[in-house]
Amino acid sequence: MDLITLRGIEKTYQMGDIAVPVLKGISLAIRQGELVALTGSSGSGKSTLMNILGCLDRPTAGEYWLDGQEISQLTTDERALLRNRKLGFVFQSFNLLARTSAIENVAMPLTYAAEDLNDREARERAAEMLVRVGLADRLDHHPAQLSGGQQQRVAIARALINHPPVLFADEPTGNLDSKTSEEVLQMFERLNTEDGITIIMVTHDPKVAGHAKRVIRMGDGVILEDAAPISATGGKA
Amino acid sequence: MRVYTTARTAFRALRRNPMRAMLTTLGIVIGVGAVIAMMEIGAGSSTALKKTIASMGANVLVIRPGTASSGGVSFGAGSTTTLTPEDSQAILRECPSISNATPMVRARVQVVYGNRNWVPNAIYGATPAYLDVQDWTILAQGEPFSDRDVLNGNRVCLVGQTIVRELFEGESPVSKEIRLKNIAFKVIGVLTPKGANMMGFDQDDVILAPWTTIKYRVTGASSSTSNQSTSSTSSDSVNTLSNLYPATQGGLYPEKASVQQADNPMPIRFENIDQIMAAAINSGEIANAIEQVGAVLRERHHLRPGEPDDFNIRDMAELTKTLSTTTTLMTNLLLAVAMISLVVGGVGIMNIMLVSVTERTREIGLRMAVGARGKDILRQFLVEAVVLCLTGGAMGIVLGHGGSLLVKLLLKWPVETSLTAIAAAVLVSAGVGIIFGFYPAWKASRLDPIEALRYE
Repeated sequence: MDLITLRGIEKTYQMGDIAVPVLKGISLAIRQGELVALTGSSGSGKSTLMNILGCLDRPTAGEYWLDGQEISQLTTDERALLRNRKLGFVFQSFNLLARTSAIENVAMPLTYAAEDLNDREARERAAEMLVRVGLADRLDHHPAQLSGGQQQRVAIARALINHPPVLFADEPTGNLDSKTSEEVLQMFERLNTEDGITIIMVTHDPKVAGHAKRVIRMGDGVILEDAAPISATGGKA
Repeated sequence: MRVYTTARTAFRALRRNPMRAMLTTLGIVIGVGAVIAMMEIGAGSSTALKKTIASMGANVLVIRPGTASSGGVSFGAGSTTTLTPEDSQAILRECPSISNATPMVRARVQVVYGNRNWVPNAIYGATPAYLDVQDWTILAQGEPFSDRDVLNGNRVCLVGQTIVRELFEGESPVSKEIRLKNIAFKVIGVLTPKGANMMGFDQDDVILAPWTTIKYRVTGASSSTSNQSTSSTSSDSVNTLSNLYPATQGGLYPEKASVQQADNPMPIRFENIDQIMAAAINSGEIANAIEQVGAVLRERHHLRPGEPDDFNIRDMAELTKTLSTTTTLMTNLLLAVAMISLVVGGVGIMNIMLVSVTERTREIGLRMAVGARGKDILRQFLVEAVVLCLTGGAMGIVLGHGGSLLVKLLLKWPVETSLTAIAAAVLVSAGVGIIFGFYPAWKASRLDPIEALRYE
């Protein structure tokens, strides 16, 4: 079953009197357990598509089905709840809270979770996540005391704390050197294969895209190329 | 999200940037501190001011005998002799609104010391309670006469500053003897200067003695019937110190028509006094005090309902009005100062919170991306502001109280600890946190997560 289905997604920004179309009818399907790379030159609309996929933004037109739920018309609060339960985010600049220990950074999304964990349970779960990303000995370190790769791994642990089925990564290696980039990408591959988490990364780097099982190349608001092992684009549209 | 979690998140967020939190709090610390210090110093000054006005006699009630009239001719206030020292004691005993009372007799005779003489404005006979009623208990020299002196009719007196100047030319009058109508009085104390009262009457031109001594040894008559010209003849008579009624001129009572005397036979009361001076426990109780004194005196004087009072009660309405006006003015002034300080503190909080929201835009974006709703963000920033304000309030209370204690110690200013001010400061600082924290918090909650995440 498809986890994500987009049908004719359009996004138009209103710049004063001028309407600027950014996405011009995107249709695509992503199955559970895929590792997808979204590439394209800047201005191609990949970040806008990413924001819509990540439920941070609403499409101007079209349908977005996530896990069997039509979500393009949800209210702001409903989308916040959805992000908390079903989506994880990893950013280019890590976005960790400064002067806050790794474990507290990881536990932060639990504050907004529906399930009511007490302090000890939250810390246990956060520690478990950090162990999983290989930072068992860095629980109480602050972001400033961690390397770039370690910071990004803390961010990945944070994204996974609520056990989401989908993980979004926006240029996850943009601020890392090639060696740590490789480590982070291998972790993505491991999470994908071992835990079956669907991962969607946005990148302009072909080397990063090479780690994906499926590469969607965008340009000027449309999908130019979908090098998926199984052809999904045409059939679903 | 539970309140506890929100509070904990707020505390963590504040702990992450202690310098900023401290600077934010500073506004409220100073605001609340200023309020507490102003309230305490102000309340102290207000009380001191009230005391000063009260010492002018704002709480004093003067009870004088009623009017005698003969054949339609009124003799004016105080012309009957209906008041007794027992009335004074009864007033003190039975009126809960009266803090003290003294019987008083007045005389106006020549005073002689050595080769100098002087006629004081007032020679009062009273009990030691007079000093308390007039708020004159602190003496410049010596000590006051006692109730025992009153009982024995001892020839002791206290003199005012004007008497000291006129008779003693600066030397200490204590233990010296002065003569009033040829009766020798020992000066045992000197009153502190009080200056003129509102009518320009020199209050220091006074001699104070036990009322028994003045009444039975000096005047022997009510002041309304004695004056300087009649008493001057007393120097002709032999000074017999042991004589209880040495110079009795004039009748005790105004002459009454024979018909009136027949109609209304009056037992002779030698213990009549000229007036009673009583002090209400405070200026607010004056109305009650007048009512109570009236009731007590009517009962003691066996007046039937409908019969007119045989006494007059007078209060210092003008002074009382001044007192209440001053008190209201001081209270309003303090309130205005407190409000301004708190608004200034609140605006400070708002500014820093706005800066904080801008500075933490990315954090807000991230929190929203991981599932925080607008109201979660709103609550977090609001709780942060309230926590800051309450912490600042607590520190402000300590600072303000310390400041006012310091003022008390160093400047010797009167200071009053005000629990109301402290409670109000806590409430108001939380209120300021909510009111001035709301706009920044609302602004934060309205941020677009995409924009916020991209914010540099």
